[in-house]
Amino acid sequence: MEEKPQDIIDQVTSGEYKYGFVSDIDAESIPFGLSEDVIRLISAKKNEPDWLLDFRLKAYKHWLTLKMPDWAHLQIPEIDYQNIIYYSAPKSRTALKNLDEMDPELLKTFDKLGIPLQERQHLSGMAVDAVMDSVSVKTTFKENLAELGIIFCSFSEAVQQYPDLVRQYLGSVVSYRDNFFAALNSAVFSDGSFVYIPKRVRCPMELSTYFRINAANTGQFERTLIVADNDSYVSYLEGCTAPMRDENQLHAAIVEIIVLERSEVKYSTVQNWYPGDKNGKGGIYNFVTKRALCKGRHSKISWTQVETGSAITWKYPSCILAGDDSTGEFYSVAVTNNYQQADTGTKMIHLGKNTVSRIVSKGISAGHSQNSYRGLVKVSPKADNARNFSQCDSLLLGDKCGAHTFPYIDINNETAVVEHEATTSKINEDQLFYCNQRGISTEDAVGLIVNGYVKEVINKLPMEFAVEAQKLLQVSLEGSVG
Amino acid sequence: MMQAEEAYINLYKQHAKSVSKSCSDLLNGKRQAAFEKFQTLGFPKNTHEEYRHCDLREALSIDYGLNINRVKIPINPHDVFSCDVPNLSTKLFFVVNDQFYKNDKPIGLPEGVLCGSLNDLTETHARLLEPYYTRLSEKSSDGMVSFNTTFAQDGFVLYVPAGVALEKPIQLIQVLHGTVDMMANRRLLIIVEEGAKAQFLVCDHALSSRYFFSNQVTEIFVGKNASLEYYDLEMDQPNITRVSNTLVSQAASSQLLINGVTLQNGLSRNNINLCFEGEGATASLSGMALGNGNELIDNHIFVDHAVPRCNSQELYKYVLDDCAKGVFGGRILVQKGAQKTFAYQSNKNLCFTKEARMFAKPQLEIYADDVKCSHGTATGQMDEKALFYMRSRGISESEARLLLKFAFTADVLDNIRLEPLKDRMRMLVEKRFRGELAKCAGCSATNCK
Repeated sequence: MEEKPQDIIDQVTSGEYKYGFVSDIDAESIPFGLSEDVIRLISAKKNEPDWLLDFRLKAYKHWLTLKMPDWAHLQIPEIDYQNIIYYSAPKSRTALKNLDEMDPELLKTFDKLGIPLQERQHLSGMAVDAVMDSVSVKTTFKENLAELGIIFCSFSEAVQQYPDLVRQYLGSVVSYRDNFFAALNSAVFSDGSFVYIPKRVRCPMELSTYFRINAANTGQFERTLIVADNDSYVSYLEGCTAPMRDENQLHAAIVEIIVLERSEVKYSTVQNWYPGDKNGKGGIYNFVTKRALCKGRHSKISWTQVETGSAITWKYPSCILAGDDSTGEFYSVAVTNNYQQADTGTKMIHLGKNTVSRIVSKGISAGHSQNSYRGLVKVSPKADNARNFSQCDSLLLGDKCGAHTFPYIDINNETAVVEHEATTSKINEDQLFYCNQRGISTEDAVGLIVNGYVKEVINKLPMEFAVEAQKLLQVSLEGSVG
Repeated sequence: MMQAEEAYINLYKQHAKSVSKSCSDLLNGKRQAAFEKFQTLGFPKNTHEEYRHCDLREALSIDYGLNINRVKIPINPHDVFSCDVPNLSTKLFFVVNDQFYKNDKPIGLPEGVLCGSLNDLTETHARLLEPYYTRLSEKSSDGMVSFNTTFAQDGFVLYVPAGVALEKPIQLIQVLHGTVDMMANRRLLIIVEEGAKAQFLVCDHALSSRYFFSNQVTEIFVGKNASLEYYDLEMDQPNITRVSNTLVSQAASSQLLINGVTLQNGLSRNNINLCFEGEGATASLSGMALGNGNELIDNHIFVDHAVPRCNSQELYKYVLDDCAKGVFGGRILVQKGAQKTFAYQSNKNLCFTKEARMFAKPQLEIYADDVKCSHGTATGQMDEKALFYMRSRGISESEARLLLKFAFTADVLDNIRLEPLKDRMRMLVEKRFRGELAKCAGCSATNCK
């Protein structure tokens, strides 16, 4: 029987979150609220050196002077920063000797998430630094990586073991003065990942980390720092799923990437945090500052993101192209459904000569959601021969959602060639009709067309993630679509 | 800026009576509300998102005189200007600073057409014009608009009654002239009723080396099935600051063409706010800015698709030389339920020098699904291959560059539907590119470069 498009839209919009579960793990938390004492407590719990505590306190003092920005195309309920627990760590933190010692609940959670620990380790060929509520639980493949001199560990471990490296680069791309959430994160960040690729090393496997938010009311403040030294290469994956919650949870992470001469970093994200139910209740607030600095000549950074989750997504993975001949890329798929809101995009700051950037952004909005692309392409006066191409397309599924494009293009150098194009439309009825005519149901046809629409971006993901990304699209737009 | 604001607020408080003295009740009736609004809005600041690259502080720091007491400017524009576009015969009118220049000659327009001084016509035809005057400007959140309503004393009205098609284009020449630094608050009201047709050409000139600030508000109403062509040519001088707000309401199945060309200026800020209020309407907006010296040209175009089945097209081009700065802000809003909307926006720019700057911000905001909307913007230089090709055919480099510049701007001029005007514009643009005095033959306005 032929389904009416409205039925499909209804099915799409009634898709429920499949990864919603709460794992019942004993978590050690500190009281609600934020104050200097809380920061000192966090720092003490993590046994941090004084310079880091100073950094946190400076950030906190600066944060107190800031007001939450309101320029985004988002409706954000007021956030009570004193009603958040700023630190939570799973208990039983005695060092684990083997996997059997792990909390079975935790293992089950990982199973549900499909994280390839245990025997899946070798099959998947990934090294996973699984972050569960702010504290790194288990790191795999460390030995293999260590042989090459690659450092891939939790942030707190790096602070203890490689303080010089951390101190040199921490805050060098995203200063604590950068913005409201960067200041907040710098004050209270709990843990995260640290990656250092030494000179002339090509990381043989995809580095991967899963962020999860677990204990209720725990804002997660991750801090990721990646340094790629001269002539190196690394591909880093970040993926997220979070349990179902009624209360909104705040996630304000910072990702800093430093790319030195002739190096390349590929950073891929699949984000599928709890988006809230179909009435817009609950869901994660994802306010992240991600920035990469192409410091050396001929360096390259590539961001790929698939954003399907979170009630509110507000982030702009950015590239500062400081080195001559450096390249920045941004590929994004952002899907919003029900009452989700997204204001995402990128910034390409051309500072060096002969720098090239490319932006491909695909937005899909359904239900009552609002999906915005906001981007900046800035060519500074000294950035001779800069080149940029941006393409931002939006697809609308349903007449109650919104799709918006806010690009900023600032050209301060006459040799720049900058192009931007954007289109917004719904699924072409001719294409649907053509598929129907060939015996493909409308539902499948919509799936095909959406898949084709995002293909350019999905293709940029590493293999393992491409599969997951496709699944997430399916979940987000329900099995009927995608 | 704060000082300028306060100065003008105090000026109005002290001289409100003088401002109203020689004006019609309709103009005076709107002042107080606008004044209160201005007090809260103030002048636009560059911290304001929409005015990010357009800093009016310097321009507003000059102590301008306002001709509140309506002192006549001793000039007969007919002697100075003869904007004779060959083969284009127009009905010619003048506004000097912000005063309509009256002359006793019969206008010779069809019955019912009103054309002339805003102050006079709002006095004699108050009932007819009342539903229109400030209907659009009241909704504006731009401080310059409420400032204009507060101080507006005269301007120009064109009213074309239902079913009347004007044979000849109406040409309005706006002259800035004075022996002291002056501010002119001009007000234009253009109403084309159901089924009527009109072509309207506005030319801005400056006839003095003093500093001028022209703050213009144009309200345009295009009735059902009506058609209006609006051509706006700016040929000013570096000492002129022009802020122009064009507010448009289009009824069902109406057609509108706006073509704005900035050949020479100081600082120009052109806001166009267009709202479709009836289904099936079409708007074509195009513009071109040729900047050199320290000029700043900032065009902000907002198209509001409030109803279904409307079609809008935008094309804006900039050619920037020396230290010129170009700003383009385009926003297309498709409201909920405005299905079957087609909206296209294109912005292309050429920068020639290290110091030239271009800032573009095209935006789409869409709340309906059955729409086709797109925007594109590109900034770059001349095609080296095309240059090489021409040089290999014996064309000098400078000539080849001229040809390419001219070709680049050609499609904006192609949007002009008045053939004689199109030819004349081509000539003016070419002269401008060659650095010659861009003025019409027979015109003795020596200051008009």
